[in-house]
Amino acid sequence: MSPVLDNLDLYWQGFLTSLGIIGWALVGSLLLGTLIAAFRVSPVASLRAFGSAWVTVVRNCPLTIVLFFMAFGLPEVGINVSFYTFGVIGLIIYTSAFVCEAIRSGINSVSAGQAEAARAIGLPFTKTLTQVVLPQALRATVPPLGSVQIAMFKNSAVVGAFGVGGDLWSVGRNLTSAQGYAFIPVLTGVAIGYLIITLTAGALLAVLERKVAIAR
Amino acid sequence: MSQLSVLYDAPGPRAVRRARIGTILAILVFVGFLAVAAKRLNDRGQFASELWSPWANPSDENFSAVWELVGKGLAATLTAATLAIVLSLVLGVLLGVGRLMLGPILRVPVVLWIELFRALPVVVTIVLVWRAFKELKIDLGPLPGDPGLWYLVIGLTLYNSVIIAEILRAGVNSLPSGQGEAALAVGLTNGQTMRAILLPQAFRVMLPALISQLVVALKDTSLAAVVSLGYLELLRRGNLISQNLDNPIQSLLIIATIFILINYALSKLAEYVERRMSRSSGDPAAAAQLEGAGA
Repeated sequence: MSPVLDNLDLYWQGFLTSLGIIGWALVGSLLLGTLIAAFRVSPVASLRAFGSAWVTVVRNCPLTIVLFFMAFGLPEVGINVSFYTFGVIGLIIYTSAFVCEAIRSGINSVSAGQAEAARAIGLPFTKTLTQVVLPQALRATVPPLGSVQIAMFKNSAVVGAFGVGGDLWSVGRNLTSAQGYAFIPVLTGVAIGYLIITLTAGALLAVLERKVAIAR
Repeated sequence: MSQLSVLYDAPGPRAVRRARIGTILAILVFVGFLAVAAKRLNDRGQFASELWSPWANPSDENFSAVWELVGKGLAATLTAATLAIVLSLVLGVLLGVGRLMLGPILRVPVVLWIELFRALPVVVTIVLVWRAFKELKIDLGPLPGDPGLWYLVIGLTLYNSVIIAEILRAGVNSLPSGQGEAALAVGLTNGQTMRAILLPQAFRVMLPALISQLVVALKDTSLAAVVSLGYLELLRRGNLISQNLDNPIQSLLIIATIFILINYALSKLAEYVERRMSRSSGDPAAAAQLEGAGA
């Protein structure tokens, strides 16, 4: 294990960079995913069509291809951003489709009577959605949304494999290729870093799920 | 969809008009975006015919070679995904049944194994498998196909089998408890109850989730191209083609379309199966909850 112990500071930096990618993608994918979900349930037909087209395309396209588009496609049309930025944007786009579906399944889990009652007392669409349906839907959304985000945490390793400077994965690659450490112990260190992230997130999610669980 | 329309009233004339205006405005915005994107692409010469003709023009000198390579890549991707899902199914059922049936102490290693490979990013698993096999000098020569295929398949299997084990567990747990109790009451052993009563029903509940997992495996095969495993699956072929022809946007677009079409068909199949099964016993929602977002 000495390659890991000798370079704990590098691993720590990589760990923080990976957490940074995850943080940006978490916020971004929640915002974009919620927006697309709102499109998908809105009364405006073209927004609904756009929403379902987005989900169909993005969900069925491998993350790797989304990222290759970012890496090779964007420079071709004159958009040059750092690897870090394109990695984060790619991860946000990819995750947004799954966030949208998780939120939609949450909205579906609210019984129809709730919305009917809201309409019966004369609430318009926006109020029905924001004051009656969404507050309940969000609680039901926590478990699926949590699994989507934990999957995203793991997918951030793919972004790292694309050569974002300084994340856990590139620390590992740098240690093996430039400094000649043996591969397996170095990669074990990288794996432990990701395990810390996903297992902690899983434990937090379990606590959160227990807190917001509703008995129906 | 019928569930969602409950959010708003059957629209009256004013609401219909407003929705129509909204639709038109939204279309205008989309078209505007498309126009800007198209103009940018055009300015950069991305619509130039020499970038597209190897893909679209049968009389182009590269046309048949390009599509032949894509065919080979597609076959390689499907081979890897199919092998991975079949092996995952076998290993996943063993793990899932093990987790359900073993005693409290024997269960510990199974649970640890499942939690470990569920928490590891699949790309890390694939590379670990690849390097570990190389370092331990384990020869995959006797297996058919090239070693890259097997590193990929084993990595994907380790990941997908634990997901399938969890789907199976959720499937069995979603069955009414009377099923198992009745089987035990008529004198079946635990093993017979699992084999003859619980598993067949759990499989029915699991089927849609299993098909969805095939989509995940199919998408994950393309990780081989990212970590330069050297296995010539669809995305790797596409990248090689685009490097030779210098048309990454066009090539990636075609490769992405192929992936999307296959995966879309598979998810439609899963939906269809789910509808067919919805009248059967068990709770498909419980099993479906488990499918997350794969890479």
